[in-house]
Amino acid sequence: MAGIVSSKGERSAWLANSFVRSRLLMQRQGALLMLVLLILFASLRYDGFLTAFNIFHLLSYNSLFGLIALGMTFVIMTGGIDLSVGSLVALSSVVAARVSPHGLLLTLAACLGVGLGVGIINGWAIAWLKIPPFITTLAMLLAARGLALLLSNNASIVVDTTSDFNVLANNFTFGFDILGIGAIPIAVVILIIAYAVGAIVLNFTRFGRHVLAVGGNEEAARLMGLPVERIQFTVYVMSSVLAALAGALLAAQTFNGLPTEGVGWELTAIAAVVVGGTLLSGGMGSVLTSLVGVLLLGLIFNILNFENGRGLISITSFWQSVIRGAFLLVVIILQSRLTRTRGKVGQTPL
Amino acid sequence: MANLNHVAPQQHMLRRFSLPRLLRGGQTYGVVGTLVALIVYNLVSTPRFLTFDGLTEAVNVNLLQVAPIAIVATGMTLVIATGGIDLSVGSLMAIAGAVAPLVFLSTLPLLSNPFIGITMGIIVPLLIAGLFGLFNGFLVTTFRIQPIIATLVLFIAGRGIAQVISNGNIQVFRGSNFVLLGSGRILNIPVQVLVMLIVIIVVAWVVRTTTFGRYLLATGGNEAASRLAGIPTDRVKRTVYVISGVLAGLAGLIIVAINSSSDASNVGLNGELDAIAAVAVGGTPFTGGQARVWGTLLGALLIQLIRFTLVTKDIPLPVAQIINAAIILFVVYLQRERKS
Amino acid sequence: MAQTDPLLHMEHIAKAFPGVVALVDAHLRIQRGEVHALIGQNGAGKSTLIKILTGAYRRDSGSILLDGRTVDFQSPQQAQNGGISTIYQEVNLVPFRSVAENVFMGREPRRFGFLNWRQMHKETDALLSRLGISIDVTKPLLTYNIAIQQMVAIARAISFKSKLVVMDEPTSSLNENEVATLFKVIRQLKVEGVSVIFVGHRLDEIYAICDRVTIMRDGRTVEERELHTLGKIELVAKMLGKELGDVRKSGQTGFTVSEHRTGEKVLLEAEGLRRGRVLQGVTLQVHAGEIVGLAGLLGSGRTEVARSIFAADPLDAGSILLDGQQTHFHSPADAIRAGVGLCSEDRKAEGIIPYLSVRENLTLAALPVLSRHGIVSHEKQQQIVDTFIERLGIKTSSPDQKIRELSGGNQQKVLLARWLCLNPKLLILDEPTRGIDIGAKAEIQRLIDELAEKGLGVLMISSELEELTEGSDRVVVLRDGQTVATLLHEKISQDAIMTAMAHGDDDGTQIVATDEELQYGKS
Repeated sequence: MAGIVSSKGERSAWLANSFVRSRLLMQRQGALLMLVLLILFASLRYDGFLTAFNIFHLLSYNSLFGLIALGMTFVIMTGGIDLSVGSLVALSSVVAARVSPHGLLLTLAACLGVGLGVGIINGWAIAWLKIPPFITTLAMLLAARGLALLLSNNASIVVDTTSDFNVLANNFTFGFDILGIGAIPIAVVILIIAYAVGAIVLNFTRFGRHVLAVGGNEEAARLMGLPVERIQFTVYVMSSVLAALAGALLAAQTFNGLPTEGVGWELTAIAAVVVGGTLLSGGMGSVLTSLVGVLLLGLIFNILNFENGRGLISITSFWQSVIRGAFLLVVIILQSRLTRTRGKVGQTPL
Repeated sequence: MANLNHVAPQQHMLRRFSLPRLLRGGQTYGVVGTLVALIVYNLVSTPRFLTFDGLTEAVNVNLLQVAPIAIVATGMTLVIATGGIDLSVGSLMAIAGAVAPLVFLSTLPLLSNPFIGITMGIIVPLLIAGLFGLFNGFLVTTFRIQPIIATLVLFIAGRGIAQVISNGNIQVFRGSNFVLLGSGRILNIPVQVLVMLIVIIVVAWVVRTTTFGRYLLATGGNEAASRLAGIPTDRVKRTVYVISGVLAGLAGLIIVAINSSSDASNVGLNGELDAIAAVAVGGTPFTGGQARVWGTLLGALLIQLIRFTLVTKDIPLPVAQIINAAIILFVVYLQRERKS
Repeated sequence: MAQTDPLLHMEHIAKAFPGVVALVDAHLRIQRGEVHALIGQNGAGKSTLIKILTGAYRRDSGSILLDGRTVDFQSPQQAQNGGISTIYQEVNLVPFRSVAENVFMGREPRRFGFLNWRQMHKETDALLSRLGISIDVTKPLLTYNIAIQQMVAIARAISFKSKLVVMDEPTSSLNENEVATLFKVIRQLKVEGVSVIFVGHRLDEIYAICDRVTIMRDGRTVEERELHTLGKIELVAKMLGKELGDVRKSGQTGFTVSEHRTGEKVLLEAEGLRRGRVLQGVTLQVHAGEIVGLAGLLGSGRTEVARSIFAADPLDAGSILLDGQQTHFHSPADAIRAGVGLCSEDRKAEGIIPYLSVRENLTLAALPVLSRHGIVSHEKQQQIVDTFIERLGIKTSSPDQKIRELSGGNQQKVLLARWLCLNPKLLILDEPTRGIDIGAKAEIQRLIDELAEKGLGVLMISSELEELTEGSDRVVVLRDGQTVATLLHEKISQDAIMTAMAHGDDDGTQIVATDEELQYGKS
């Protein structure tokens, strides 16, 4: 292209610099690469790693984070954030435990209702009242936690083990064996289905593309006639519903509704989403990479547990948030080159 | 220098300290009004409200706890005035609170001297908190990361760091002079309240009369223009995050002193939300360029008083939290409405 | 040309805002398949008229007929659906999304409920080839430069089957080749029967591409003509409200001193300034007591030169000597200390601190001098403020009034005072009279004269030829980031300047690109 580019064009061209773009691509492949490498490392180093028990446990536990991260991905892609999901998991698990005697369907309906309720409030406050997402969801974090404590009278509630609700904690048997494995936890099945749906929505529906557009340039999206508020509202509802589902699964897995669980889960989700390659400032990202992020982080803690077991190092659970923070730091510094020129003058910090 | 023959009329001097300027804006009248209403309500319906005994008896939520929040919120006011935000303050409070006992309870040679031990027990945590603030500052200025994202790192990792430092232990220290910071009194006024007042007065004075204060408001008001006018905007922003860190650390120390114990999992929990809420209620706009330091104090008082009122009416803490959250949302919503 | 029914007819449009009347009696008539220029000075009302047309504002009175039917659009979305698309100066698309997505955003083609990517890509390709462009539409929009992005915006407009496309200053970010491409596209639109409203201020471009012109002044439409019946000078005259003869005469501006007493001393010597692709070797000199005008089309690098001298942006290469000494400025603070001031082009974005007072804004750069031990001296501050309010005639209710409440002209005066109170040696002014009413303009121009008389060196960037010809002792002309001409006093004329801007070194450089150059390769 002949000619000298004007200063505005200069900036665009710089962004377009394929080096920068390939850096982002590298980051996304990077997470996957690291995951594969760590799996190899772990299977070689720890005897107990490749057992069905360990893998199932790893997957089941992280399926909860996976569901939350899925919702968080959509929220972050619109340029927002949802800090209430951790408390919502707790709230939902309490509700699930309470309603469990009434059977699976009713319990799921109740949890869905809770998720919808919280999501609607979040979405409405953020999309229409224009209260910054950080404040809204942080306030909801408090409120949901409070509600969870109230409903459970500050104690954990035992799930009715005779109810068919507990099927959620079971395995789903194939009826045949794949590689010696005959069944996988239902939680994992749900996770896979959720992500499949999520990926299809993102890549093959108008809504999915509009989510990215809103996060990429809200003003332009509005001028192009997109229903910006409705899109923002919807992603928060999605996030809350998924969190509620995770709460139900948690109750089934631990046989308890725990009002004190879920603390900090939103931060894990955020870290996973960002580590996977989705831009924290919105507008660009992928659903499947969040799954990679979740597995990667989960795997790291799994490895740390094994190392602890070996007695060579002693990493307490307190290090978890530090490690997550460190990952986040590395990633946002890498991402900062991309987001640098997108900042607008006069934009409020929240 | 330009021709300075023209002498300034005296009236310009008097304008500086007018109270109406302090209370400018309908929002401030609303806040003061609500504050007064709540105080009256409590005077009437809460026994022993005005005596210090009554105040300190309230479980978990007592009016004196406004001091730490107000101190953090003052730092937050400055950060928000530059157009930024600091989500890490809660975690920094925890870190300072975790480091302090390690220093003044230490049996190392110099530190076991009570005077040195306690002095270092104050200085070292503040220094560390300030360094973390500088870390935030660097992320924001050198790496040009949005403040909300930059401070998210310590928001996530900071409390963990505090827990690692204290090894998850709750450090208890009855009988050490350190607790005077929390429960001591000078002229029958609690030390923490004095500290709070000193901090606020100093910060308000800095904003109003110093060059740094001008630089701060200019940077928040229009960073590009400030840069072109020769203002070291990056330095200003880094400094502001350091101040925020140090003040958060100070607040953490006070909390730890009040409780005579340091629990890294609880010190400063939700501190950032409280601080942001106080600033919002106090009238400092999130877009930057203005710093209503005294307004923030009013905001902190109001929020704390609401909490206190709810608890003394035997409303369970979780519910009080919910109502608090709703109020914060409401106030921020109002602020957006006014500014738009 | 037979007078068929106009596509668009806006009549007797009036619009007032609190405190200001934007439109008094405006008309606009657009025929089918024509390219229509809408021009006027700042404040003439053309943006308001366009915003009313496209639904961003509601009119107070008057009528709008589109295709014979009365319309009243209440949002840009409605206008779009009604057949009117707008291309903004700032491309309002989503950079991270692909070209095809941007073109079809909101109306993505679907099959059984799911997005039909193949169709989207195919149709986008087709749209773009109608405009003579062939690019990879699956790549993110930000991969391409501003010119292509604008083409994508136009392609989106066409895909809506718009009858009328409004282009608001479309060429301001484009270089010559890109402008040529744009014009090719506009001609293509004409062929397809789509009308274009071209809002702009560069006369050469308007004469190159437009058929008819509507001239606005002070909220009124003062002229509507076929362009070929209107000479450039006559057009300018109508824009300014002057008589034809007047324009030729001098005295258009407040610059009255014909030649300043220029010192022998070379104050500023800039040589071989290079930065990226924007500055490709700029050389210029300013003497003490001299006003040097810096001319050039948008994109020629004038502001970048100013910012580089002031150390607001870094240089890749080149040397800057101030008073014969090599400068090593790392930031504006260094330049300020050395006695240089820069009054930037965009008051709102880079000049005023809106919520601070006149006093604070005025003394902003002088704070280091006014403070001792970090505390600002209120008395000194007050003295300076009072002095300059009087000297520059700044109209403000008090020094404590927030600067955002002042008029544009008064704001500019405060900003000038910001630099003057430092007693600089060299003052760089970037469009100092832009967006200011005529009276204040003349005042500021007179002031610049006075300053030069007192020995200040002035480097003045201006897009107004009269300012350059009447005010400058010398004019340096930039084109594509290079110095292409330095006109000494006798040689300064509007013609000479425009010739230099247009033809540069006159080595046969073509202005209009060939068809091959327009094919942007699939990368």
